Amino acid sequence: MKRFLPFIIVGLVAVATLVSGAMLYRAKQPHLLTIPHDKEVSGKSDAALMHFRGNPDAPVTLEEFGDFECPPCRNISTFLDQLAKEYDPRLRIIFRNFPLANHKHARNAALAAEAAGLQGRFWEMHDLFYREQEAWSKADDVDKLFDSYAGMIGLDIGQFKKDAGAEKAKQRVDSDQERGTSLGVKSTPTLFINNREVGPTERTPEGIRAAIDAALKASGAKPEKQ
Amino acid sequence: MTIARFRTILCAAAAVVALAGLADATYLTVQALTGETLLCGGSPDCFRVLGSPYARIGGIPMAAFGVLAYFSVFSFATFAAFGYARAQTFLALAVGGMFLVTLWLLYLQAFVLHAYCRYCLFSAAVTFLLAGLVIAIPSSQESSEA
Repeated sequence: MKRFLPFIIVGLVAVATLVSGAMLYRAKQPHLLTIPHDKEVSGKSDAALMHFRGNPDAPVTLEEFGDFECPPCRNISTFLDQLAKEYDPRLRIIFRNFPLANHKHARNAALAAEAAGLQGRFWEMHDLFYREQEAWSKADDVDKLFDSYAGMIGLDIGQFKKDAGAEKAKQRVDSDQERGTSLGVKSTPTLFINNREVGPTERTPEGIRAAIDAALKASGAKPEKQ
Repeated sequence: MTIARFRTILCAAAAVVALAGLADATYLTVQALTGETLLCGGSPDCFRVLGSPYARIGGIPMAAFGVLAYFSVFSFATFAAFGYARAQTFLALAVGGMFLVTLWLLYLQAFVLHAYCRYCLFSAAVTFLLAGLVIAIPSSQESSEA
């Protein structure tokens, strides 16, 4: 019996590892979120309350909950910009602020982007924040950097500073974040394509394109569900 | 205590320590397979490490190699504890290889990524402990001489 004991022990550990790994995998499988009908974004009526690129009446809407300090959000932002051009006028891309608490400067960046938005330059600031993420995310004093970014994109710096600390910018960030929380968003980037969440492993260029194509096909079948 | 007995205890201890590494590597592999490491939500430093290009080799999560490595170490240590002389050689080779890989991974975290993931640090601690145990295990030749 002793001769077989090491084989039995090793076999049992192999089985235990596989079973526990499989159970953990099942438990950690992301539960994909869906935006309920009462929270769906309607075309032009909501346009003033959100930041979007593309045709406001596009049959497919990609809604992103992003954090300016999040590296995967930065990685995906250039691709989303490319998609907006590629699928124009069939795709609308919405950006929602979802600054994570564990990112030191994320909320300040969201407020600064909203302040830029009040001068009509939200997307310029959005792109600049992602492009320069490595620099400002490690800085101690981001306010000076953000002011210089505001100057770079042609904002009135005095007004920008005032707006970044004002209630309007805070309200917009809070409203985006409340929407995300109410939908069950916990991490960034979280993407919804026509109200269905794109799973984490599908957040590749191929996966996102496939999801958009499927949504386009579905919207062609049911045009009233735009 | 005889040398043979001391060797058995150290090999058994190495097997138990390898189980801790196996659990850690299994957890990280599952995280990578579910896509959790591609998102920001938990520790930003862990994301920097586990979401970096160094965390995968040919698309396979580095942690999956860790599962194989720790399971091998566990198996060799178990067989060595039961007196299989050749298993002790394989144990030393496996732990030696893991030690070198761990040094490389620590270098990446410290000097390339400038971020430390606590799960990776735990794995490094387990490997260092295994290396210490393997060094302390007397060779089978010594026990036969005794």
